[in-house]
Amino acid sequence: MQHSIFIDSFFKPEIIERYAPDIARAMLVTIEVAVLVVVTGIALGLLLAVVRSFRLAPINFLIVIYVDGFRALPPLVLVLLVYFGLPNVGINLPSGAVLWLVLSLVLGAFAEEIFWAGILSVRKGQWEAARSTGLGFAQTLAYVILPQAIRLTVPPLTNRTIAITKNTALGSVIGVPEILNVATTTQSFVGNATPLTMGALAYVALFIPVVLFGRWLETRFAWRRA
Amino acid sequence: MAAAAILDVRALRKSFGTHDVLRGIDLAVAPQELVFMIGPSGSGKSTFLRCLNRLEEPTGGSIVVDGVDMMAPKTNLNAMRRRIGMVFQSFNLYPHMSALGNVTLALRKVLRMDASAADAAGLAALTRVGLADKARSHPAELSGGQQQRVAIARAIALEPKIMLFDEPTSALDPELRGSVLAVMRDLRASGMTMVVVSHEMRFAREAADRVVFLEEGAIVEQGPPGLIFGPEAGARTRAFVSEIGR
Ligand SMILES: Nc1ncnc2c1ncn2[C@@H]1O[C@H](COP(=O)(O)OP(=O)(O)OP(=O)(O)O)[C@@H](O)[C@H]1O
Ligand SMILES: [Mg+2]
Repeated sequence: MQHSIFIDSFFKPEIIERYAPDIARAMLVTIEVAVLVVVTGIALGLLLAVVRSFRLAPINFLIVIYVDGFRALPPLVLVLLVYFGLPNVGINLPSGAVLWLVLSLVLGAFAEEIFWAGILSVRKGQWEAARSTGLGFAQTLAYVILPQAIRLTVPPLTNRTIAITKNTALGSVIGVPEILNVATTTQSFVGNATPLTMGALAYVALFIPVVLFGRWLETRFAWRRA
Repeated sequence: MAAAAILDVRALRKSFGTHDVLRGIDLAVAPQELVFMIGPSGSGKSTFLRCLNRLEEPTGGSIVVDGVDMMAPKTNLNAMRRRIGMVFQSFNLYPHMSALGNVTLALRKVLRMDASAADAAGLAALTRVGLADKARSHPAELSGGQQQRVAIARAIALEPKIMLFDEPTSALDPELRGSVLAVMRDLRASGMTMVVVSHEMRFAREAADRVVFLEEGAIVEQGPPGLIFGPEAGARTRAFVSEIGR
């Protein structure tokens, strides 16, 4: 008895069958937003870390303000602020674009700090050796420092990437048809928790490969140290 | 000699804040000369070498390398730096590149050689240090002595006018030092101009034309090894030499 109540509440076969295509479509939306956020967020973070390494005080001041601001504020607050605030200044972005923009900026802030820490952790002797052979600042950064810095950033960056892509669920508060949104809408429509289970399984199906990919990257990018 | 000098340093000063680390150094190094520098820890030996290619910005004085004023604003520093080979105590090989990659990076990116020309030149440099067979090895797969020889190959591949060595064997176990010193002897025999900061007294006796004793940022005494390491040297020099000789 217990058993069938459990099945009926969380795994009702008819509901699964009926709404599986909706959840699948929502998965695609989540994947799309997540991939775009990861690409722009990491690119932004890397770009800002490179700019920061030129150590131009006023620019670095602005970078630090941006980074600290976006790391301090809860992403939900930013999503709501941008979604409901931008129209007031005459900018109307679709909810999906707002989600992408906000999450990219948040990931960019964290990624900048991670890349910057990576750049700082490369020993000074590496700069000196490269510069002593006549390589310029940008060449040294590109060929000697960043390849080493980026290897060190793979584990924290993977964690941060997983964390930020989970935040695509915040799209549910502004109507992006991603997994959580579709699952909760369907759940209230059918009065059964099964769609939420389906949503959870969809997240698992999405993120297990990401986690495995992160592990693979870590081993690939590790090199034997003396 | 000054006119023909490869390196001509005059009144070189360097301060870190209020700390005067180099207090007016004059040193001219003739072509093919090997100048050996000794001095207590903190006397400014590393700072001196690092000022020569302006890894460290001198506070004052002049540095002329192969006729080019290193302090002149119009001097192309990167072009000059590749003419001044530098070897560090801690090797500073690029850990993410093979030995050959370490040697060819500047050949490709500074001299703009194509890949096959750079590889050929890089292999030739590795051959000179006896490590052609390690071209594909990464630094972590090499012994300290081998790493330092790769670092030397990285510098000589650029065909420098002068080589600066900052305690090239100090980070090595005694049994690994010989191979590095042998490479340095070969370099000297091939006519390379060298400034060597080191505690390797035997190498200095055999290979140095001149020994310079630096203390508290100033040259106290200089001369042929026989003089500096001998009984006629000044009291401070003798005290220092006997200390490191122990
Ligand atoms: N970047 C720096 N900032 C401040 N002080 C420095 C800096 N680099 C060197 N110094 C100081 O300059 C002095 C000379 O240092 P340097 O490394 O040139 O000595 P050294 O003769 O090479 O000593 P060692 O034999 O220990 O290598 C030291 O007192 C050191 O603390
Ligand atoms: Mg030193």
